[in-house]
Amino acid sequence: MNIKTMMQEHLGATITAWQEVNPRRVYFSVKKEDILKTVRFLFRELGLRFSIASGVDTPQAIEILYHFCDDVAGTVYSVRVLIEDKKSPEIDAITPLFPGAEWIEREMWEMLGIKFIGHPNLKRLLLAEDWPEEKYPLRNAP
Amino acid sequence: MSHRVIVPIGPYHPSLEEPEFFRLYVEGEKVVDLDIVIGYNHRGIEKLAEAKHYDQVAYLVERICGICSSSHPYAYVLAVEDLLGGELAVVPERALYIRTIIDELQRIHSHLLWLGLAGHFIGYNTVWMWAWKYREPVLDCFEMITGNRNNYAMFKIGGVRRDLKDEDIPVLKKAMDELTPVLGMFKGAVMDDPVIQMRLKKVGVLTKEQAIDWCVVGPTARASGVNIDIRRDEPYGALTLGKIDWNVIMEKDGDIFAKTVLRILEMYECISIIRQCLERIPKGEIDSNVKDIPPGEGIGRVEAPRGECIHYIKSDGTNRPVRHKIRAPSFMNVASNKVACVGGTISDAAITLAAVDPCYCCTERLAVIERPTSKKIMNGWDLIKLSQEKTERLKKELHK
Repeated sequence: MNIKTMMQEHLGATITAWQEVNPRRVYFSVKKEDILKTVRFLFRELGLRFSIASGVDTPQAIEILYHFCDDVAGTVYSVRVLIEDKKSPEIDAITPLFPGAEWIEREMWEMLGIKFIGHPNLKRLLLAEDWPEEKYPLRNAP
Repeated sequence: MSHRVIVPIGPYHPSLEEPEFFRLYVEGEKVVDLDIVIGYNHRGIEKLAEAKHYDQVAYLVERICGICSSSHPYAYVLAVEDLLGGELAVVPERALYIRTIIDELQRIHSHLLWLGLAGHFIGYNTVWMWAWKYREPVLDCFEMITGNRNNYAMFKIGGVRRDLKDEDIPVLKKAMDELTPVLGMFKGAVMDDPVIQMRLKKVGVLTKEQAIDWCVVGPTARASGVNIDIRRDEPYGALTLGKIDWNVIMEKDGDIFAKTVLRILEMYECISIIRQCLERIPKGEIDSNVKDIPPGEGIGRVEAPRGECIHYIKSDGTNRPVRHKIRAPSFMNVASNKVACVGGTISDAAITLAAVDPCYCCTERLAVIERPTSKKIMNGWDLIKLSQEKTERLKKELHK
């Protein structure tokens, strides 16, 4: 069974939108409550490699795209999560599942102000120590 | 009772080529914990990219790193071409070949640079001098093709900026012919040398499970037995055409020796790819003059010398990207030092920390300027304030 059908079967209703731009680029959305469940399935069960996550500040919400790679087929699966509360965005951290996500979650926290619940080491990664609190460089002007 | 001591390495240290700070927690000789502090080189390039138009971004990302300075523009143009329907749909065949030649030449020079540094870190300065000596002809090739030794400015959306001249091809072939025996020499100097084997085997081991959990990429992953290479998994450039024969080099031990051997063997493959490209390169256009970028999202991936380099572009149909996310391979690889270093002795720490071929300018992408007179460090806002004050002063002088 290929990975796409396994994903659709196992995750089922968790997936709220599915978009296949081309055979190697798949974007799908899940609710933010389901992120841990989804990431655990992709990383542990399907054995996909976590490549990176991109935080995007859109007018409606803060968006996170978790990019997972299937290195056998060369496909990138991007899991899209919207966090509507832009004042104090929060989401479950995926770092407890595997340590490779630690740095990028720290980066998204300092750059976009997303709080990662359960992150073991949520401190600044790139910004200087004297950078003012609650100023997030990658947030767009309202 | 054991006594824990903190040994700081960095942010500026003679054995580090870039600013980073490692806090080694040591009990006796043994490293028990490691804290990595980065951010000394962060320039805010992702934010800058949102203020530039699509053509300018290629130049901007080229300045992320001087070693793998074609990987970032390549991954960026691939991300934009992904929006346009893929590299094959918009890039002429000749340009695909030129792109691959540049990409592989870069891998050779980067691996030679690392080999030299690795030799230097273990006190084998002969390898250092040799490696850097033989890296020069590769840089000369770059100068011949692109006009620059670094920051080649070759990549543009829809093609390449400069054509490969017919008279350059024999020169390139000759350079590749001369490089092959040199690699043989390095192979002998590393693989057959009992001292190097004793120094590097079973040192700084990253097991396969750790490599997967820390999501490492490139030679760091392949040396631990994780079979990933973007050139094979999602081919780009001339490799898409399926006419080029090459192999992914794999090792399984995960120690520094494996990483060294892997990089040396990989250079043979680079030479083979370049030779085949030079044989097969067709005549024709090198650019398809892309005018508009449609709205949407695109992801571009390139196997940089240190591993997968991934760029994500979000476009709203205007001439500037809305969001540009850059992830360099070292961002994943450097973090894994935490497991590779812990458990080893402090004398192994220097080479272990260097074994992933760290590249901090890539990882961090902020200019911090230290005034020579005082210790005060200025940030971007101070610099903007200074320039505004200067503008005001000049304005006043004009109106006098």
